[in-house]
Amino acid sequence: MSTPLEHDYIGLSETSSVERSSDKIPSSSSSSSSSTHPNEDKTTRTSLNLKGTELRLGLPGSQSPERKVSLFCKDLESNERSNGFAVSPLKNLMSGAKRGFSDAIDGPNGKWVFPMNGKSDVELAKGAILASPRAVLEGKNKLPSGREVGGPPQPPKPVQDKNILVPSANEHSNAPASKAQVVGWPPIRSFRKNTMASNSAKNSEDAAGCLYVKVSMDGAPYLRKVDLKTYKTYKEISSALEKMFTCFTLGHCSSNGLAVRDGLSESRLMDLLHGSEYVLTYEDKDGDWMLVGDVPWEMFIDTCKRLRIVKGSEAIGLAPRAMEKCKNQS
Amino acid sequence: MEPSELKRSKDSPNLDESTRRSSFPDEVLERVLSLLKSHRDRSSVSLVCKDWYNAERWSRTHVFIGNCYSVSPEIVARRFPKIRSVTLKGKPRFSDFNLVPENWGADIHAWLVVFAAKYPFLEELRLKRMAISDESLEFLAVSFPNFKALSLLSCDGFSTNGLAAIATHCKNLTELDIQENGIDDKGGSWLSCFPESFTSLEVLNFANLSSDINFDALERLVGRCKSMRVLKLNRSVSLEQLQRLLVNAPQLAELGTGSFSEELTFRQCVELESALSNCKNMYTLSGLWDAKGIYLPALYPVCTHLTFLNLSYAALRSDELAKLLAHCPRLKRLWVLDTVEDKGLEAVGMNCPLLEELRVFPADLFDEEIIHGVTEAGFVAVSFGCPRLHYVLYFCCQMTNAAVATIVQNCPDFTHFRLCIMNPGQPDHITNEPMDEAFGAVVKTCTKLQRLSVSGRLTDLTFEYIGRYAKNLETLSVAFAGSSDWGMQCVMGGCSKLRKLEIRDCPFGNAALLSGLEKYESMRSLWMSACNVTMNGCRLLAREMPRLNVEVMKEDGSDDSQADKVYVYRSIAGPRRDAPPSVLTL
Repeated sequence: MSTPLEHDYIGLSETSSVERSSDKIPSSSSSSSSSTHPNEDKTTRTSLNLKGTELRLGLPGSQSPERKVSLFCKDLESNERSNGFAVSPLKNLMSGAKRGFSDAIDGPNGKWVFPMNGKSDVELAKGAILASPRAVLEGKNKLPSGREVGGPPQPPKPVQDKNILVPSANEHSNAPASKAQVVGWPPIRSFRKNTMASNSAKNSEDAAGCLYVKVSMDGAPYLRKVDLKTYKTYKEISSALEKMFTCFTLGHCSSNGLAVRDGLSESRLMDLLHGSEYVLTYEDKDGDWMLVGDVPWEMFIDTCKRLRIVKGSEAIGLAPRAMEKCKNQS
Repeated sequence: MEPSELKRSKDSPNLDESTRRSSFPDEVLERVLSLLKSHRDRSSVSLVCKDWYNAERWSRTHVFIGNCYSVSPEIVARRFPKIRSVTLKGKPRFSDFNLVPENWGADIHAWLVVFAAKYPFLEELRLKRMAISDESLEFLAVSFPNFKALSLLSCDGFSTNGLAAIATHCKNLTELDIQENGIDDKGGSWLSCFPESFTSLEVLNFANLSSDINFDALERLVGRCKSMRVLKLNRSVSLEQLQRLLVNAPQLAELGTGSFSEELTFRQCVELESALSNCKNMYTLSGLWDAKGIYLPALYPVCTHLTFLNLSYAALRSDELAKLLAHCPRLKRLWVLDTVEDKGLEAVGMNCPLLEELRVFPADLFDEEIIHGVTEAGFVAVSFGCPRLHYVLYFCCQMTNAAVATIVQNCPDFTHFRLCIMNPGQPDHITNEPMDEAFGAVVKTCTKLQRLSVSGRLTDLTFEYIGRYAKNLETLSVAFAGSSDWGMQCVMGGCSKLRKLEIRDCPFGNAALLSGLEKYESMRSLWMSACNVTMNGCRLLAREMPRLNVEVMKEDGSDDSQADKVYVYRSIAGPRRDAPPSVLTL
């Protein structure tokens, strides 16, 4: 029995995946690039994500499809070049997905181990294999696929503390994954499961009828309000905000010494905005000011409380590379 | 000699059997027995003597069959000639959670054919976990001219076309109750099939259908069915439409609203509140799909006399629930989602002293980012405020032994204790110990306990406690628990009143299975899946106990010797002949 190895693998994969994921968050927020083009990367992520959020009605007796449930927002930074649109680094990823999480956990074994008393490590390791394909269930005992935990009764072993504590220590991260992965567990009737799943999907799309947030712009005499629900992508809201704050931008630019045009030339406007004068930021639920565009759209509208168009110079702290790129292109 | 025998022989020494019998004519006996409703009482009565057996069978009008395969329709018809109402349950309960193969069986049709011949005056049919096709529904609709009540819970195999047939043909229908079924919803036109002359409906529940129905048809239907007392709408019915219905049906006792979330003008709000306040008889409220907190005050006038409030499809927050419950002092039964969190449950404890039943369902099983839900704190808070609590179904993310001990100390009258700690095998989150002591406390304190569902990390000790103390236990559900065969052996040996045992993913093997050899004939059924039972163990059981049906469901690709899913039940009808290939009867 390659017991220690499998045990370690399970233990490792839990913590390491968590660490890996948490590492990704700061890096993603500092990532510079914006991407407007769907690429294979995004498609894969999208397809993964869609799969993960897809409502499946399995045949009775069938297993729930692999939900590579992940907990942390995958690093959405792409390698795309910025298109110079500095106001909002556009992360147009996963706009169709209901949930902004993608798979951050590697490994075929899912994440959950049932800390069963009296189970050997092998059994526990097998126990971790939940809705994974049967192919993964190679094992000495050739467990049937429908079986999540099994094997001949083992003499009671000391409690697998590691496996138990890891879940409870990371309760917030691991607990939900297990919920999704065991067939017929928790014991809720399909009707209720389906209703609640579509409810939450509905709610995340449509939490209130509208979602008005204040938009302020540095130097502008008054604020505006926009309904975030009327937009589906970052690009849309950026364009809308540009239009809204046109006059202020022009005025401001003139005081800065830039040539004032007679008419409102759209392209001139775009240039001004692209010219890294202004960056779009938002205040999230925790009260932190974030750069718009890092997170998937759905998550953004869930967490955005207000918007602020800041001068490029002030935004340097938020996204240094973004500023660099934009400056280079102006 | 027994004292009663003594008395009899003293008082009437010369009375022989025939005289004694004639002094109590059958008609009188039948008349008396016809007042007996409980099927358990009737079963007891039928065992007294042959006369009583006969009197009972001639006077019985309702038959309850807890397992459709325990008996055949012919046997039922032969014994009970005057049945007007049948309740039938089919698949094992775990079929609700997708653990039973789709074509497993429990088809109603064979029963309907016999009923059509033997009970042409059948009035009521209530089915749970049966398979019923549209053809069967049509057959039902045309074969029984007196048919009055159809209730389908957790059934599957039919579509709204079947409902259309019922609506079209059943001229005397009083009840149409469609709940949580695997129904193929092809549209709402079935509701328009009730003829314009039809006025007898008293119960209409289509809450779990999703399609839009023709609201005008519904409005007219409700308007002309003056005896309607139960109306449960589906989500497609709006608040504004609800108000229009209520204006015509203030007599309603049970209301399931439709969607509770559209934008209403102030005037519409007032009208809704007024319509609701006219419903003086309303004691049950459900539905409230997508309920928005701002419209809940419209319910306040109704809340004062509510005894059952089902918010299990309304994701309310704790403050919203608290405000609502402040108006519900008479509440006896409450179903909520865990979005109300512990704080909401505190409000339950504070506002509902008469509460007897609480069910807390999980709202979001798949949403990784929202970690809310209820913990032990909420349950404890309810137990302090609601000493009459005797039925609980609680889905939580964590629990402690100490909390459960406190809970049962506050509420010792539990008859149904169903605790689901949602992470399989999770220990006490403070002490990291197994949850053995929690369930130990439950069974020691709650002597009236009839139904128990256990969860969390459990060793054999839990089952020792259950076997030793749970003497009134009838239904036990076990998942991801136990350490060895000994656990199940304790239960089989100790729980004398056990009738239904369902086990999944536990380390119980053949020794455990066979320890119940003597017991299974006094039980309705046993389910064991993903345990350590082998085919040989099952074969042995089948061989030793010929009056049991031992069925094994195999999974694809599993080991030949393992019995993946085992379903054992007593039957006087012999092995069933309609089993699909995946089900082996041993």
